Amino acid sequence: MTDAYLETVDLACERDWRLLFEHLHVSVKPKDMLQVSGPNGSGKTSLLRLLAGLMRPTTGDVLINGVSIHQQRNELTSNLLWLGHAAGIKGLLTAEENLMWLSALHHGASREQVWYALAAVGLAGFEDVPCHTLSAGQQRRVGLARLYLDAPALWILDEPFTALDKQAVTQLELHLAAHCNQGGMVVLTTHHPLQNAPSTFRELDLGQATL
Amino acid sequence: MSNVFTLMLLRETRLMFRRPAELVNPLVFFAIVIALFPLAVGPESQLLQTLSPGLLWVAALLAVLLSLDGLFRSDFEDGSLEQWVVSPHPLVVLVLAKVLAHWLYCGLALVMLSPLLALMLGMPLDRIPTLLLSLLLGTPVLSLLGAVGAALTVGLKRGGILLALLILPLYIPVLILGSGVIQAALQGLPTTGYLLWMASLTMLTVTLAPFAIAAGLRISVGE
Repeated sequence: MTDAYLETVDLACERDWRLLFEHLHVSVKPKDMLQVSGPNGSGKTSLLRLLAGLMRPTTGDVLINGVSIHQQRNELTSNLLWLGHAAGIKGLLTAEENLMWLSALHHGASREQVWYALAAVGLAGFEDVPCHTLSAGQQRRVGLARLYLDAPALWILDEPFTALDKQAVTQLELHLAAHCNQGGMVVLTTHHPLQNAPSTFRELDLGQATL
Repeated sequence: MSNVFTLMLLRETRLMFRRPAELVNPLVFFAIVIALFPLAVGPESQLLQTLSPGLLWVAALLAVLLSLDGLFRSDFEDGSLEQWVVSPHPLVVLVLAKVLAHWLYCGLALVMLSPLLALMLGMPLDRIPTLLLSLLLGTPVLSLLGAVGAALTVGLKRGGILLALLILPLYIPVLILGSGVIQAALQGLPTTGYLLWMASLTMLTVTLAPFAIAAGLRISVGE
């Protein structure tokens, strides 16, 4: 486990006096793809939020290269792309403005890169449209377009396939696999079985045992 | 870092001007409250003039409070707050830009409207600069302290009343100083002391409040 980039040590999570999971040991190293699965309410989103440093664990810790993420927030945040249930897309802003802002929060992107990313998710021609006029699937795509920008190594994605059509699902699966093959890391939750998973794919079922 | 600061201001400006109703709401509230008072109290100009410092300050304070409930609400609901927290840029800087934008489009707008309303209440023209100065120094404090409460209550379903309960006691010092300085001006007393106290209060909140807001947002996002 020494080559793990991101790992959890004896992690436990409690919400509203209900223990979601405990003694959880997960490790993610470069090229890994980890799917967190389990029934509704089993703590998938909570685990992802713990890994992204958005929540504090009840016990245990999340480590990056062996050091707690709460002691080196910068190491985590400068390498992390977090895409939650809500992707941080403002309905009143256009797709381009949303992406420009979200990328400025990290490494920044030029206008050309943003247009390229929007075209990559099939939103060419929608750059100047306010997002509240787009459909749910199209709004999801605006959020996912960030994966086509100059993205950090660790992707933590909560239900990225929601509201996408079949073709977009396949495309996203391939893109995630390509990211892993280039040395990136993906942690995601989804209920949908992945068709195009890379060889390093693993599944963590929170309904059952630990990994 | 300063780049993110300006981009946040730009983003907030765009959002504000695309839903102008929110821009106008506090101003309309401010104007209505002040316009109703002469109707309720009666048109005695001496009485209205005596009441005017307190009236203007209370109305401005409530107008700011009214706009604060929604300060972080939509950012919380659409996941923007999470993105700020996981950004490598310091949350304090982002928060400061957000509150500065709130002050520009709520607090500063109230300040600009206040001379007109003050004249309606019969305040002498030569006291208007003191009024402006007092509100100019005081409204940033209202925005910043209010944002601390807004950050802590953003995760709650109906945080409005709780926000008021949390924040109103903290508003008391700035309310006393702010209306005190205008009262002193009306009575022809020196106002420099009051204004210096207000300025130091403003500096104190500008320096410390962003950290409290950032911490509050982290707690709300982490729930």
